[in-house]
Amino acid sequence: MFDYLKYIREWNFPHIWCSGCGDGIVLKALIRAVHKLGISRDEAVMVSGIGCSSRTPGYVDINTLHTTHGRAIAFATGVKLANPKLTVIVVTGDGDATAIGGNHYIHAARRNIDLTVLLYNNYIYGMTGGQVSPTTPIGGMASTAPYGNLEPPFNISGLAGAAGASFVARGDVYHVQKLEKLITKAMQKKGFSVVEILSPCPTAYGRRNKMAHPVQMMKWLKEITVPVAKYERMSPEEKKGKVRTGVIVDVDIPEYTEQYQKLIERLRVEKQ
Amino acid sequence: MPNKRSGKIVMMQGNHACSEGAIAAGCRFYAGYPITPSSEIAELLARKLPAVGGKFIQMEDEIAAMGAIIGASLTGVKSMTATSGPGFSLKQENIGYACMAEVPCVVVNVQRGGPSTGMPTHPAQADVQQARWGTHGDHSIIVLTASSAQETFEQTIRAFNLAETYMTPVILIIDEIVGHTMEKVILPDREGIGIINRKQPTIPPEQYLPYKKTKSCIPILANFGIGYRYHVTGLCHDETGFPTNEPKEIEALITRLSEKIERHRDKIIQCRLMMLDDAEVAIFAYGTVARSARRAVKDCREQGVRVGLVEPTVLWPFPSEIVLDIAEAVDAFVVPEMNLGQMAREVELAAKCKARVHRLSRVDGDPITPDQIIYTVKGMV
Repeated sequence: MFDYLKYIREWNFPHIWCSGCGDGIVLKALIRAVHKLGISRDEAVMVSGIGCSSRTPGYVDINTLHTTHGRAIAFATGVKLANPKLTVIVVTGDGDATAIGGNHYIHAARRNIDLTVLLYNNYIYGMTGGQVSPTTPIGGMASTAPYGNLEPPFNISGLAGAAGASFVARGDVYHVQKLEKLITKAMQKKGFSVVEILSPCPTAYGRRNKMAHPVQMMKWLKEITVPVAKYERMSPEEKKGKVRTGVIVDVDIPEYTEQYQKLIERLRVEKQ
Repeated sequence: MPNKRSGKIVMMQGNHACSEGAIAAGCRFYAGYPITPSSEIAELLARKLPAVGGKFIQMEDEIAAMGAIIGASLTGVKSMTATSGPGFSLKQENIGYACMAEVPCVVVNVQRGGPSTGMPTHPAQADVQQARWGTHGDHSIIVLTASSAQETFEQTIRAFNLAETYMTPVILIIDEIVGHTMEKVILPDREGIGIINRKQPTIPPEQYLPYKKTKSCIPILANFGIGYRYHVTGLCHDETGFPTNEPKEIEALITRLSEKIERHRDKIIQCRLMMLDDAEVAIFAYGTVARSARRAVKDCREQGVRVGLVEPTVLWPFPSEIVLDIAEAVDAFVVPEMNLGQMAREVELAAKCKARVHRLSRVDGDPITPDQIIYTVKGMV
């Protein structure tokens, strides 16, 4: 039996997440990945914004920084650039990272700074009570889209890839072992890495969208997700309503803090 | 602060003096976003910081810059950002975060005319109340100002020292004229500069409480990465740093955030007093306007007009006690400001009706001249 307690702030339990929420599954997958990679708890920093997923750091026994809404990546950029030895993990949600924090998300990807971003996508603003988010599907019901959402959703993995991230993957909490592998790969990658994690919110999303029971939401995740390799072989007709999971981008490009360190070295040599 | 002015003599604008002061104070991280009239601070630091092993980053927006310096500071690196009016507005939420989480950092605002985009290339002093109350919620804050390039250099160093001492964001607010005027600056030798670094915990990690209640009200925050694993949040938190909904804990936190500055106001507040002993009228002026006021005092005195000057170099905490003392001795205050009376209101409050307070406002983008002040003073005598 894996000893989660080593990484957990047990005194902060019970956690705030609702029954049927996927966020706890992500937390466990993350802990297993951190353990597998042998990352020192003292040298790891977890930075989050505001929202349900952003409460994750409170439960993890490393250096944790719970910031303002949307700004986790900006704070994390400061942490990482000031001390590149630290392993910096950002935990954020679809609203946090791609609505209010969208600018930081694309620019951190462009810089290719060595952050691992776990972006929990539950298609809704859960903490504030079910408002429409940038990933709510067209027609999806939300408290601020009472007649169904009119806006097309963001493809948030695609966004990170287009902006220049060196690693982009999508996982989901139904396929837990795969999720753990994707998080591990993302953390191993030197550069800006994103794992978009489909995580159900039965309370705020499911109840409004005919999936009130957590099991319905898990079955839904199972149905809509298709591995990348299979997805590529599918016809446009078959792709409708499906999302690909797995590694979407994996390229080796110069990492920002390493480039900065090289600049400092160059100036030091020139001065001598 | 350097005790004697020995060192390298240079010609420099206030913005560059600010950058030099930051390097001298030990600042090794700057995050910013271009904005007139403060951009020269960033430009010089972009050149200087990597050369001393520090980091400069131009962020995607003002909000990100403020967030980045808080993140950097938590690793123990002295951090700064600089901006002007609109950018200062954008930074406010994260300034509040730094107040709440007690993360030392320095925010420079080179004021231009507002509101909104206002007058990017003209001076103003219209952000002095925003510097105090710009972010939401009860909090105290330290705001310094300067009237010359030399003083900007010195106040930048003091801003870092106060931030590290009181574990708080410190705001240095100057105006476009101070920022852009080229004048003589003496950059003191390193030994002439007093530097303060934040305390670090000495107790074992298992006994460590980041926000432990102490007599000084000032927390000791361990640098991230040195073995003290703790939680930092903008939510109301208890001594452990974790969120709390306990009314007693919340009250203790919110009152301590103000107390940790107000309790030390005697050590923080600084004012320059000039010819006040027999004055009938006291001018209260700061920044560029104080330079006009000094000239006005000299000219008035030559004409036998008994006027003096109180020039705060710390705007917040406000020097209420000093103003009250002066109010008891003079008939009136004249408060010339490049705004519609933002600090005059504070002078009125502090003077407690012991002296009249006359506002001399100018908001047309031009500086207040000595003649304007002299004219007003003569009308008061």
